[in-house]
Amino acid sequence: MNSMLHITTLHYLVLGAALFLLGVIGVLTRRNVVIVLMSIELILNAVNLNLVAFSRYWQGMPARMGGGPMALHGQIFSIFVITDAAAEAAVGLGILIAFFRNKETVNIDEVNLLKW
Amino acid sequence: MLAGGILVITRRNPVHSALALIVTLLAQASIYLMLYAPFVAGVQIILYAGGIMVLFLFVIMLVSVDRSMRERQFNSQWVIGVIAATALGGLFIAVYTKGTSLFPDHASPVLEGDNTQRIATMLYGQYMFAFEIASLLLLVAIIGAVVMAKKRI
Amino acid sequence: MNSVVQYIESYLGSNQTPGAAGNMFWVLVYILLVFTGISLGVIAMNWLERKILAHMQVRLGPMRVGPHGLLQPFADALKLLLKEDIIPAEADSAIFWTAPFMVVLAAFTTFVVVPFGPTHAITDMNIGILFMLGVSSLSVLGIVMAGWASNSHYPLMGALRSSAQMVSYEVAMGMAVVTVILMTSLNAAGTGTLSMIGIVQAQLAQGEWFIFKFFPLGLIAFFIFAVAMVAETNRAPFDLAEAESELTAGFHTEYSGFRWSLFFLAEYGAMMAASSIAVTLWLGGWLRPFPNWLGGARWDDFFSFFPGVVVLFLAGMCFFNTARMPKHSYFRIQTIGLGVFGALLGVVALILFIPGVRVRVQDIFWFAAKVAGFMYLYIWYRGTFPRYRFDQLMKMGWKVLLPMGLGVLILTAGVALFQQNLWHP
Repeated sequence: MNSMLHITTLHYLVLGAALFLLGVIGVLTRRNVVIVLMSIELILNAVNLNLVAFSRYWQGMPARMGGGPMALHGQIFSIFVITDAAAEAAVGLGILIAFFRNKETVNIDEVNLLKW
Repeated sequence: MLAGGILVITRRNPVHSALALIVTLLAQASIYLMLYAPFVAGVQIILYAGGIMVLFLFVIMLVSVDRSMRERQFNSQWVIGVIAATALGGLFIAVYTKGTSLFPDHASPVLEGDNTQRIATMLYGQYMFAFEIASLLLLVAIIGAVVMAKKRI
Repeated sequence: MNSVVQYIESYLGSNQTPGAAGNMFWVLVYILLVFTGISLGVIAMNWLERKILAHMQVRLGPMRVGPHGLLQPFADALKLLLKEDIIPAEADSAIFWTAPFMVVLAAFTTFVVVPFGPTHAITDMNIGILFMLGVSSLSVLGIVMAGWASNSHYPLMGALRSSAQMVSYEVAMGMAVVTVILMTSLNAAGTGTLSMIGIVQAQLAQGEWFIFKFFPLGLIAFFIFAVAMVAETNRAPFDLAEAESELTAGFHTEYSGFRWSLFFLAEYGAMMAASSIAVTLWLGGWLRPFPNWLGGARWDDFFSFFPGVVVLFLAGMCFFNTARMPKHSYFRIQTIGLGVFGALLGVVALILFIPGVRVRVQDIFWFAAKVAGFMYLYIWYRGTFPRYRFDQLMKMGWKVLLPMGLGVLILTAGVALFQQNLWHP
């Protein structure tokens, strides 16, 4: 057991950054609108992971610096982020459906009605 | 979790992408459990994996899949996109390798027996205003989604 | 051999669930026991459903396969295993393969936190009821995937309708559950709990089952949950998605043989899981009737005779029916079979009378008896009520159950504040 990797906060942050990168690549390179929206959900999840990892970090810090067992600000923030992600997904998909009724395509490159 | 993320952005069929995202979200919930955050894990499973992904699957089924699958999958700026993302990744790596000393290992296992009660105390005490604003936001989102999806306004 | 007995004894004397004690071996044993229990329950439900529906419709049901059709579930299982596995040509094979797996996973994972006794759960999570609600909402995903992967109209429409129905009634279920969680916080410590074992212990501490608390609020919340749970598991009268007369079996039309039996297993498993939630939250879980009013060691002892007495009664019925079988040579094997079954039940009853076994089995027996009552209610609904039309179903879910749930929640909160003298107008 001594040779097992000790998982510190840094590991979670790196994982969150990797997920964020994957989401950014998805948003920047895919043409299907639904997959872009799903990549946005990936980005939000990466942010949540960072928040909860930091909340855990603060729980281990002494109380005089603002830590202690009640330092759950990160977790509460992440609950709000999940709520907001749900709202944004609903509205975004509503917009997608409204657009699809007009143009019959889910290709981002063809969303150019406002182009001059 | 990373494998799920890679599958999300690379699959041709959006239904496969949605499935990969479900796997990623469930893996995320288990990571929350590792971080002694059982309430957030439960909320993630109920809301994200059980609610938002159902919404995504409905929309994918309503929007026709066949035509979009025959088109090109990656748009014309994909080179610049990957370069920009790699630059961002390099920035992350630089920050994390420089700041390794900032995060000591604290190994104090926090009792998760009353995590939910603590979250409730803080949520309804300190963060009450944010809670009310979030409920208002959800109301606006509901109205917005209903209006956007109506056939005739 | 002595150390094995010591190991078993050292575990049985502990007062924690295996998950909390971190004991991997006992966790695996419990998982195996729960899995076997669910499978036995599904087998029994198959037979019971056909027999009870038949008796309600003044006919006899399966009588031929074993004595009084007792071996019918095994015949069904054998047939399903030997059927040809048909996959539609254009179906998306990855999703087609994983959809029944997802539904079964969702149905069986919920049993991880179901408490059969004060220490008889696989584990007792801090967020027990939240976990159960969340994992049962994963079965919606499985159904949507199943309908999509079949690549034909009827399953797709059935799947979309079924998942819309399940999502709508999840909200009403959540309201009823939150009402109960509110009631758990009315004990001396002042904090509620989401853990399933904690909810039953709160009922024990407050001296009344939550179905009777703040009468009639607990009853209305129970009613809301009972209706929502029937809709959640796609059972009659809310079974439009799999109605044979309308949609040719809905989302599992294209599944045959073993895959269909997985859906079937998941449906009965989800029924048992939802009944377990209802029993734990409203009907006092593993508590025997009147744990506080008729408390004390002597009453405990008196009530602990019940499992053995019930099984003895069943054995007696078996022997009675053995005597009533037609005295024809063709029926000889069935008569002997029924007699042997009665003898087995009698042996089980005698085992249940041993004092050491009696004390330990008591909690599990009361829990199983209450869940069995709910299963009977499910079958009764199927035999009695006509089917809801889909728009009536959605209207009831959103316009009737949700406002009722909200109203019960607000009223319960008001009454609870009033009772705790915290009402500051």
